[in-house]
Amino acid sequence: MKTLLCCAILALPLPLLAAENTILLQSTTSTQNSGLYEFLLPKLEKDTGLNVHVVAVGTGQALKNAQNCDGDVVLVHAKPAEEAFVANGYGVQRFDVMYNDFVLIGPKDDPAKVRDAKDAASALRAIAKAGAAFASRGDDSGTYKKEIALWKAAGLIPAESGESWYRETGSGMGATLNIAAGMGAYALTDRATWISFGNKAGLDILFQGDPDLFNQYGVIAVNPKHCPSVNAQGAAIFIDWILSPTGQAAIAAYRLKGQQLFFPNANPDG
Amino acid sequence: MPLEGQIVEIVLLSLKVSLSAVVLSALVGIPLGALLAVGRFRGQSVLIVLVNASMGLPPVVVGLGLYLLFSRSGPLGVLQLLYTPAAMIIAQTILVTPIIASFSQQVFSDLHHEYDEMLRAMKASRWQTMATLIHDARHSLITALLAGLGRALSEIGAVMIVGGNIAHATRVMTTAIALETSKGNLYLAVTLGLILLALSGVINVVMILLRSRLERLAHV
Amino acid sequence: MSDSNVFPLGHPRPRKPAPPLLTAESLRYQRGGRELLAGVSFELPEKGITALLGPNGAGKSLTLRILMGLIPPDSGQVGFHSGFSGRIGMVFQQPVLLRRSVRANLDHALRIARIPRRDRTGMIAELLVMANLTHCAENAARSLSGGEQQRLAMARALVADPELLLLDEPTSSLDPAATAAFEDLTLEVAAKGAKIVLVTHDLHQARRLADDIIFLHRGRVYEHRTASAFFNAPESAEAKAYCTGTLLT
Repeated sequence: MKTLLCCAILALPLPLLAAENTILLQSTTSTQNSGLYEFLLPKLEKDTGLNVHVVAVGTGQALKNAQNCDGDVVLVHAKPAEEAFVANGYGVQRFDVMYNDFVLIGPKDDPAKVRDAKDAASALRAIAKAGAAFASRGDDSGTYKKEIALWKAAGLIPAESGESWYRETGSGMGATLNIAAGMGAYALTDRATWISFGNKAGLDILFQGDPDLFNQYGVIAVNPKHCPSVNAQGAAIFIDWILSPTGQAAIAAYRLKGQQLFFPNANPDG
Repeated sequence: MPLEGQIVEIVLLSLKVSLSAVVLSALVGIPLGALLAVGRFRGQSVLIVLVNASMGLPPVVVGLGLYLLFSRSGPLGVLQLLYTPAAMIIAQTILVTPIIASFSQQVFSDLHHEYDEMLRAMKASRWQTMATLIHDARHSLITALLAGLGRALSEIGAVMIVGGNIAHATRVMTTAIALETSKGNLYLAVTLGLILLALSGVINVVMILLRSRLERLAHV
Repeated sequence: MSDSNVFPLGHPRPRKPAPPLLTAESLRYQRGGRELLAGVSFELPEKGITALLGPNGAGKSLTLRILMGLIPPDSGQVGFHSGFSGRIGMVFQQPVLLRRSVRANLDHALRIARIPRRDRTGMIAELLVMANLTHCAENAARSLSGGEQQRLAMARALVADPELLLLDEPTSSLDPAATAAFEDLTLEVAAKGAKIVLVTHDLHQARRLADDIIFLHRGRVYEHRTASAFFNAPESAEAKAYCTGTLLT
């Protein structure tokens, strides 16, 4: 009994001592679930010696955490929220990094005939008209913000009208897709998550390609004036690398199941 | 990196965090249980109710509270504990201490019933009485420790928030299971769950055997 | 040079006509509407063995517990003479021993009495010899026979070098051999100068051991006389009936 005690106490970890240069990246679950970071970060570390710890939560939580100074860099996909983050002084500057797109997935038999829709707005209207089950993120994520914007463009606010076919899961993308798979519902998801998702059950991509479904990712360094404890140097190394031709090429090189998930689009002047 | 290579790392971290939490909880909870069993002070019944109610603390609430405490913009942010195993240990200690305190209070209470008159005849002080109870009841406390360990190994709400599920740093079995589930890798998630169960089973068996051996050696 | 050859009871007490060791005045105690002690008063001399006799429910064990300080009386008081050290030991009817070895039980008692570590080993050895338990010192205390357990309980009570030793029916569950062994130990302790109060149902034991008798019935002292006087000619009808086994409570 005493030896157990001693071993446990000796093994008590100290707070992470960064022997090397380490930063904390607040990002989203969809980006993490795609496997991009597992591919990208070793390359980054090899090139720069920078060790990156990734905390993956919803976009809203990522931005909030960064605002609380619990991160050095933010990489999310909700441009209006990101611009507000910088405008409020929490971030230094916002840069485009990469994009992918959202797709509408749903049951293969497609009761709402979404396959025939000519754009995203009419696809959503068709779902509402058919009263077909739709699984929404219902959290503060980039995907959710995009979904609400699309409903608005279609002239609908199902979240407020409390329709029974509209199910707010309040969960991450993966959990929401699990629920959609479980109840044969439609859902909006980013393509990267969909390709890497392992539980597709009876679901398939039913609508894609509308420019409205474009999904832009942005990266922001947390402002040292707001958060003096931030590792500003490490953040700069990260952002420089990911916007550099090397970093951008690495993003493009990432494949899952043979498909490219993200498309680099950093602005060379930004 | 395939998950298999990470499994050992994840299991070891789970054990390190949860075992440390149980040890710390025992250091706090066992004397607390003895004090509640033996002491006679104002507010004692309130404290007993508080300890028992705390057994039902939702892990996610503990995690949230600690996040607000350890956040860089929070009162204890300067300690840099957020997103470290140390914060996870603290969170689980908060969750497990009430279990150990409550359980040991029950054990000590029963023993105190038996020893009380004899110890009072010896004019033992309150602290001497507590020490006597802790020593004589120590084997019965193994079950309390196992219950605490079970709670620690299985919780996810607290370690997810204060640890952040960071790969190679703060990812434990439960958060890894949640991650694989959210990726739709259900079979993998279930497999991890079974590994967790097996681990828990092995620990239980070892501790029970250890207990019988120790009891025999200690003239119980 | 230590006093260990007269341990465990320190210096032999000086012989002089001394004030009573203990004075109990009008002890009253009630519980559940019943009056268990209805004004118990007596004085105890410094030495010797006093036996507390009486039928069930007379209040004997209760009186002992009040003397020990385990239970406060509702009214009345227990006074000790000015030189009294305050050291009282007690042996209960059923021994409550710790879940440890015999030696560890004695060591525990010595630690509670705050005896420093360097003295403990020697004192344990002497106590074991006195209680005739050296042969089983390493055994689990709870595995001992009833007689051995009570001798251990006695040895434990002696740890604090008590001036007053209270024995509450210590041999009522022991066989004759064990009873004899315990009585020998009791006489040895009394010879070393401790005052002993013995509650017992065994009249033969009282005859063997007691110097004086206090007879209690229904919470009152009916008689307090020397043993020979009491047994030869009990004064009260209740005492007479008790000694012949015809007293109804």
